[in-house]
Amino acid sequence: MSLWRQLTRGVRVLTHRKDADQEIDEEVQDFLEQAAAELEANGLSHEDARRTARLEIGSPINIREQVRSYGWEHLFGTLVADLHFAMRQLLRNPGFALVSLITLALGIGASTAIFSAVNPILFQPLPYPHAERVMVIQEMRRNGSPRPVNFATFFGLSKVSQIFDATAALKMWQPTLVGTDEPERLDGQRVSADYFRVLGILPLQGRSFQPSDDQFRGPNVVVLSDRLWRRRFAGDISIIGKQVTLDESLYTVIGVMPGSFENVAGPTAELWAPLQYDSSLPIDGREWGHHLHMLGRLRAGVSANQASSELGRMMHPFAKTYAKGYDCCGGAPDTMVVTRLQDEITRSVKPALLAILGAVGLVLLVVCVNVTNLLLARSGRRRSEFSMRVALGAGRTRLIRQLLAESLLLAAVGGILGMIVAKVGVRAIVALSPPGLPRVEAIRIDSAVFMFAIAITSLVGIVVGLVPALQASHSDPHKSMQQRSRTTAGGHQFTQQVLVISEVALALVLLAGAGLMLRSMERLFSIDPGFESAHLLTMQIQESGRRFNDDNVRARFFTDALEAVRRVPGVTSAAFTSQLPLSGDLDIYGMEFQSRPGDNSESMLRYAVSPTYFETMGIPLIAGRSLDERDRAGAPGAIVISASVAKRKFPGKNPIGQRVRVGLDAGHADRPWATIVGVVGDVKQTSLALTASDAFYTSTTQWSWVDTAQSLVIRTRGDAAALAPAIKQAVWSVDKGEPIMRVATMDNLVTTSEAERHFAMTLFEAFGMVALLLAAVGIYGVLSGGVTERTREIGVRTALGATRVDILALILRQGMKLTEIGAGIGLCGSLIASQALISMLYGISRFDPITYVGVIALIACLAGIACWVPAWRAAQLDPSITLRAE
Amino acid sequence: MENSNNTDLIQGTLDMLILKTLSIQPMHAFGISRRIEQISRGVFKVNPGSLLTAFQRLERAGWLDATWRQTENSRRAKFYSLTRAGKKQLEFETADWTRRATAIAWLLNAEI
Repeated sequence: MSLWRQLTRGVRVLTHRKDADQEIDEEVQDFLEQAAAELEANGLSHEDARRTARLEIGSPINIREQVRSYGWEHLFGTLVADLHFAMRQLLRNPGFALVSLITLALGIGASTAIFSAVNPILFQPLPYPHAERVMVIQEMRRNGSPRPVNFATFFGLSKVSQIFDATAALKMWQPTLVGTDEPERLDGQRVSADYFRVLGILPLQGRSFQPSDDQFRGPNVVVLSDRLWRRRFAGDISIIGKQVTLDESLYTVIGVMPGSFENVAGPTAELWAPLQYDSSLPIDGREWGHHLHMLGRLRAGVSANQASSELGRMMHPFAKTYAKGYDCCGGAPDTMVVTRLQDEITRSVKPALLAILGAVGLVLLVVCVNVTNLLLARSGRRRSEFSMRVALGAGRTRLIRQLLAESLLLAAVGGILGMIVAKVGVRAIVALSPPGLPRVEAIRIDSAVFMFAIAITSLVGIVVGLVPALQASHSDPHKSMQQRSRTTAGGHQFTQQVLVISEVALALVLLAGAGLMLRSMERLFSIDPGFESAHLLTMQIQESGRRFNDDNVRARFFTDALEAVRRVPGVTSAAFTSQLPLSGDLDIYGMEFQSRPGDNSESMLRYAVSPTYFETMGIPLIAGRSLDERDRAGAPGAIVISASVAKRKFPGKNPIGQRVRVGLDAGHADRPWATIVGVVGDVKQTSLALTASDAFYTSTTQWSWVDTAQSLVIRTRGDAAALAPAIKQAVWSVDKGEPIMRVATMDNLVTTSEAERHFAMTLFEAFGMVALLLAAVGIYGVLSGGVTERTREIGVRTALGATRVDILALILRQGMKLTEIGAGIGLCGSLIASQALISMLYGISRFDPITYVGVIALIACLAGIACWVPAWRAAQLDPSITLRAE
Repeated sequence: MENSNNTDLIQGTLDMLILKTLSIQPMHAFGISRRIEQISRGVFKVNPGSLLTAFQRLERAGWLDATWRQTENSRRAKFYSLTRAGKKQLEFETADWTRRATAIAWLLNAEI
């Protein structure tokens, strides 16, 4: 109640200032008169009584001021006055205001934009209830990296596990939706029954999947995303129970997910259907391929480590029972790895994001330093004003408050402009973001980001205002009123120099980071990926649909399509492969060597390729022959291995003619051996930075099945990208409507495979440049301020015989000294800070001398230019004018 | 000033004294000031600035009501009176003060 009274009374005083003042005056007057009346009654004359009362009580004006200073409205009033004055000060000096505002807007905007990207990805939990319990479960082979599970592992573990509330397996699914509009290829997921239970989000309409949906040859049911439901079905409320046509089959819609549902495990997925794998685990089925992602919701109170070891223990007996099944796909897992879904999806981008966050923090620091510097330079010019205020009775706190009001106003306007910068920045980040960046849709300016912006704006406002305010309030009014500010270059010059030094140091740290990453990228892109990426076009044909259930029909389609593509003018050669390097494909199968029968511990990348694959890709043949038309179904098995396998398994021996069993045959004594016919160079499959993985190649027709998704690689005479439409037409001339995806030149794939580094590098470069520019402005500001203040001194020097060169050197030396000290400190700083970049560097040491030399040279250059201008100006001063001017 | 028994008010006691004075009857500023001075036998003297500021504070806390009224000699003056909440507050502060004062007296009289 009293708070309300506080507010209403305060507002009344503010809105009716005159009435309030009059009331106080009247009361004081009344007090005075009564006091006088009392004295008069005691015998004093009228005049004397009045005078005495007045003396006793004090000046009515003072009383009024004392009463007025009570209450929040008084503080508010002062603040308004301070801000009003601050505004006038800013407007009086538009150049200063403009430069500071641009600087602040850049700093606040950039940090806000980066925060808006980093916050949902790294700091906020995933948008699921108890998201910290949603785990990714992966298999791990001894001295290998984690790999996706196969259906057997998922099935075996989910049956027995007590440590998860629910588990689910999923894979990508790209059905074609046929409806009233033209056919559309959609991104979706095939998921096991409990998928939505694991995430903890259920459909808003209809129901989720039940175990009875997820049976081999079970019913065709589908759950739609809110977006798809609105886009393709116009938000039809009676959609549940209706049928839609997907890949020429009828599916019944059983549910629609809420609009807020974010499918982190497959951000582009718009619909979900049950997995429907065969739980009798047929030995030659897709159930054994490691292509399923497994998620689980941990029971409350169970840790990830407990879960990992528990699953590992359960895995062993199961893997023994199904040893045959696991043998065909690289052996049973030795251990299971359970990690938080959030950690898993952010793993590849986390180092880059943290580095960028650190970098933007440095930029903000440079911005603060720069604006502080500008404020200091200005308060140097305003020193006599401050002295006057102090002389007139302004207290120290009052002066500090006034100056802080000015810097806060500056920061606030800068912050508002910064939000515009942030808005553009967020868009730029999303556009630049590497494909692996999770939760891109959650990157926006929301309330958390807004609060962040307000917080840093106020912080910046206080930080940049504090130093000048303290310095101004320290100054002795007596001294500075006597002196004329122009003739002295006192304390503020020293502080400014310290600030400039720190600016140079910060800029150097940022530039060194950018430089190290630039050098890493150079190193990475100079790595030989194992094939010739120029003039190579790639695309994936992923056919699905009933007509192709027969392997022979499917094989014929791919053969015919290849023939058609080869006839396109400009194509020199073309081939199919089951997996494409640097495209994100990862397909691993087992290999058994005749020299060590029964040992199935080898797992390798498996490429099922058409005859001219090596020639088309430009993968060098090192020994033997490549795969050709001879290696057709029914002919003796022919295998080509990678150089790394040859070196490791056949050291000093000729691998040609050695015998192996691969894939489904590995570990099956009743299956025939295949012969190694050739050795080819190693190829980078997953990333340029990773060392080559072991690989084997088989002919498409000799593999146990015909892959539904195959990548077409086309070597072209001219520009690869330009041929894409003609090649698509050629494929469609064989079978109209075959979905073609992932069309990209090989050069593009190579670049994209390092997108995270590239992303971080681009931002570091931008930030480094901004910092460098600000540092140069800082140097320029201090020096030119110094020259102005030392005009007289320079005049005297010239008059005493200093030449222009001497003056030039004097000022240059002063500026370069600041740069040297700053660079020295920055060098130490960046040697330490580079620690944080280690995971993003490749092929160079974090102490790479070339980077540091280059960066220091760059800074020296720009600093030189920044020094030259004021130095030149100083050298041009005419002593006869400057001396008279004082 | 031959008689410097004019002690400054102990921090925070002015409010209590005002409330106490008003508990007898509504009064205007000068009356309250005189009353405090008289009853304390001149030990406490309240300057009008502090007094008026205290009125603002107490009124906003809801302990005082203020109205402009005619005085006996038919002049306009601002009269203050205690509200129900003000009475409660006075009781509370009195009890609190007594407790403290007793405790301090004990301490000062204790033979250590």
